[in-house]
Amino acid sequence: MSGTGVPPVNHRQDALALPMNEDEPKLPADETEPSSTALGAPLSLSVVAPLSDDVLHTPPEVAVAEGDVRLTAEDDFVSGTSLWKDARRRLLKNKLAVFGLIVVSIVTVASIVGPFVLKLITGMTPDYIPGDAALIRSFPPFTAPDGSFSWTHPMGTDRQGRDMLARVLQGGQISLMVGVIATLMSLVIGVSYGAIAGYLGGRVDNLMMRLVDVLYAIPYIILVIVLLAMFKDQTPRGQLILLFIALGSVSWLTMARIVRGQVLSLKHQEFVLAARATGVSTPRIIFRHIVPNTLGPVIVYATLTIPSVMLAEAFLSFLGFGVQPPLASWGSLVTDGVQNIGIFPWQLIFPGLTMALTLFSLNFLGDGLRDALDPRMRKF
Amino acid sequence: MLRFILRRLLITIPTILVVITITWALVRLAPGNFYTGEKKLPAAIEQNIREKYGLDKPWREQYLRMMSHIMVLDFGTSLSYPGQPVNAIIGRALPVSATIGLLAYLLALAVGIVAGSVAALKQNSKWDYASMTLAMLGISIPNFVLGPILVLVFSLMLYWLPPSRWEGFPSWNVVLPVITLSGIYMAYIARLTRAGMLEVLNSDYIRTARAKGLSESQVVIRHALRGGLLPVVSYTGPALAFLLTGTVVVERIFALPGLGHYFLQAASNRDEPLIIGIVAFVAIILLLMNLLVDITYAYLDPRIRY
Repeated sequence: MSGTGVPPVNHRQDALALPMNEDEPKLPADETEPSSTALGAPLSLSVVAPLSDDVLHTPPEVAVAEGDVRLTAEDDFVSGTSLWKDARRRLLKNKLAVFGLIVVSIVTVASIVGPFVLKLITGMTPDYIPGDAALIRSFPPFTAPDGSFSWTHPMGTDRQGRDMLARVLQGGQISLMVGVIATLMSLVIGVSYGAIAGYLGGRVDNLMMRLVDVLYAIPYIILVIVLLAMFKDQTPRGQLILLFIALGSVSWLTMARIVRGQVLSLKHQEFVLAARATGVSTPRIIFRHIVPNTLGPVIVYATLTIPSVMLAEAFLSFLGFGVQPPLASWGSLVTDGVQNIGIFPWQLIFPGLTMALTLFSLNFLGDGLRDALDPRMRKF
Repeated sequence: MLRFILRRLLITIPTILVVITITWALVRLAPGNFYTGEKKLPAAIEQNIREKYGLDKPWREQYLRMMSHIMVLDFGTSLSYPGQPVNAIIGRALPVSATIGLLAYLLALAVGIVAGSVAALKQNSKWDYASMTLAMLGISIPNFVLGPILVLVFSLMLYWLPPSRWEGFPSWNVVLPVITLSGIYMAYIARLTRAGMLEVLNSDYIRTARAKGLSESQVVIRHALRGGLLPVVSYTGPALAFLLTGTVVVERIFALPGLGHYFLQAASNRDEPLIIGIVAFVAIILLLMNLLVDITYAYLDPRIRY
């Protein structure tokens, strides 16, 4: 992240010393943080290096945490106390998170490259239906039509004789795409909304956050179903885009709250004051100076949003409102599998397991990232 | 406290109106309506139907008419179940969903709190890792995968439990739906309990309780659980939302005639009064429960003042 050749300059802050959100019920500070890190120093919260070359701030002197070693500029770069290096070390020490990272990487690469490779090796594509009518039925894994062992269909075939492996790989593409795109949408909306509310404060903030409270109380998945059911009669591609919009536009609320909380504690810091004093415009302060510093919690929460969006997509596909054939997602494959569960269990087991494993790994990765980037957020 | 409840109720009412308006707008903005089917109706019949349901009036008038009926909790008559008032359908479906949902929540609370407390009390032990891995599995396995697998094992292979249908409350038919529905909460509650308990167990008042010679079980049950369960209480709100989405799936899998079943029917059939009725009803229940949760929270944690 900080590989731009610019020495990472840290904005150190101690959230406890700064005014917190006045509206929320006050609770004592979270005591569960580890008493020492690999460096033996208490962790300072959200030490974030700026991402772009043109936003450089000198570290505020007051905010250096107790016991933190002050480093000279070169030391800072070489010894790597930046948040990102620290976080990477902590993440790599967390076995479950590393497991999650590996699985997610494998699944992602397999979904993207897999269909092409498979086509080269076995000649199977997700929508290939054999011309011979005798082959249009569901074969168990590793079985040739005559019952002998065969490598052609490692996950068997579905009722139309289509290769399950190819379909699971293609389903992964769609599922991951829905997860990532809807999360990106929620990221853009949530971060801008939260940052604007937090930075402007006062009446605007009050109004904007009340609106979030109202939206929070809405059973949104019910509304998503209504939306998808009403506008359903469209092309598969249209339905997919509708799905992105529907899921993205309902999953930004928590992100907005998190970002607002961060911005509230950031906006009184010296670098913001300095930016304001030098006449930087408000939108620029918000998006170039403050938002990059909220990146830690944002990344953590985005990682945790992906599996929940993917789950929502599968849920909608199960109910028949999600991805439409001929496209397939893990959710729609599982739905097909469920219908034949007693006779052709492999039609459920392979897509179901792949999806569960991926969600499992994404959740572990998200938890690991949270522990690594922001030990204070551990609570939930 | 009273002021807080009143203020919350005042937010609740516009929220419900927003929900109803959004739903209504979605149903109306979408192309087509209940009567656009594969077979085109003769113009005269369509005209009659439009007049009967007031669909020929300007939309503003229709909206106000609907709203004024909803104000007195009259959601009109269903289109796809002719002659049946929406209220009657909700009254018939609610006991099914409520039974399954309530039982699932109780089961999740019981198992989740026990598993989470054990994990916290024996932190970093075998028990801790086992229950937390199970919890993560519970979060990652969707209920529409869990449900059919349970049916496969317990109904189709072992013949222990009936696979579907609703036969009133005390019957074996509720077992599988309840387990399926409670899976994900159980996992969340276990994780929340563990986190909450870990935080509380290290606090001063627990040390005091131990120092004054209370037995370990008294310390845990009387002192630690009360503080440690706060996150679980505040999770009840989101849990209710989960419960709703969960019942939609579970009622589909197990063929139960609950609210979720009728909601899906209504959404697929574009049965406008039924859609709006169910969405509004669900929103009202959800918001009232959330209010209740907040009041409980304030009662459990004397530090919180509204």
